[in-house]
Amino acid sequence: MNYFVIVDVTLRKGIADPEGSTIERALPALGFTGVTNVHAGKSFRFDVEAESEAAALDKATSLAQRLLSNPVIEDASARIGER
Amino acid sequence: MSRIGVVVFPGSNCEYDAAAAVERLGDQAEFIWHTRTDLDGIDGVILPGGFAHGDYLRPGALARFSPVMAAVERFAATGGPVLGICNGFQVLVEAGLLPGALQKNRGLTFLCQPTTLVVSSTSSVLTRHARVGQELVVPINHFSGSYTCDDETYDELVRNGQIVLRYKENPNGSRDDIAGVANKAGNVVGLMPHPERAMSALLGSADGVVLFEGFLGVPLEQPALAN
Repeated sequence: MNYFVIVDVTLRKGIADPEGSTIERALPALGFTGVTNVHAGKSFRFDVEAESEAAALDKATSLAQRLLSNPVIEDASARIGER
Repeated sequence: MSRIGVVVFPGSNCEYDAAAAVERLGDQAEFIWHTRTDLDGIDGVILPGGFAHGDYLRPGALARFSPVMAAVERFAATGGPVLGICNGFQVLVEAGLLPGALQKNRGLTFLCQPTTLVVSSTSSVLTRHARVGQELVVPINHFSGSYTCDDETYDELVRNGQIVLRYKENPNGSRDDIAGVANKAGNVVGLMPHPERAMSALLGSADGVVLFEGFLGVPLEQPALAN
């Protein structure tokens, strides 16, 4: 079966996120107040051919850890998405 | 005379400067396209600066899967000298040949300027001819050069003298001002600054010469080029 998978890659806790903090600092200038803890990350979406949802997620998690993220500074999480 | 392989990825752009630095000190430079799978007859390897594979995904993330990298890993494992400059440093950390990671600069600014480096350890092929505390003016030219690692890795780097170069004034938010690190054995070194662009006083600085002399194994008694 074909499963639609979404992988989110975010910086690990404690790793400086200059992009997130720059966005956060820009928000008040646009009139958005009360927005905190802004984090920037990446999102990948792709189809995985697998026998089950669990197998598709396993495959996606493995490729996310090996290629899509750098485990030294980033966490990756995979989920089944809706088209 | 040594034969130094300068690896060329699609998107590398400092390979000619690196080769010129090698040749200036009397050694031979040979370009090695990234699909090559052997390093036969090569005495040292340089991964030059640039944007290997367009720096897509993350700098170095795709380059580490180029066929040549398996050969570089084997070469490094047998003690062969490997030097990663700027993007080459990013490739080496992505490949796991050096610890840590390189993040976007603090302030999200592309930095292109001369920096003063301080030699922190001479137990690497790059810094073995320098003195601890010696200051070297070498330019930087990067967007993702902020060195980071976890506490455990950091403690190990300090303990083993693997932090080889620090910035005198931290330009990019690197942990503990780190500009360059080596592996435990000292034969694999990576740094964000460009010593190959500091080979001539006439062009701004000749402070890269002492680093290249170390890397190329030029005998210590040979005087450094003045300009």
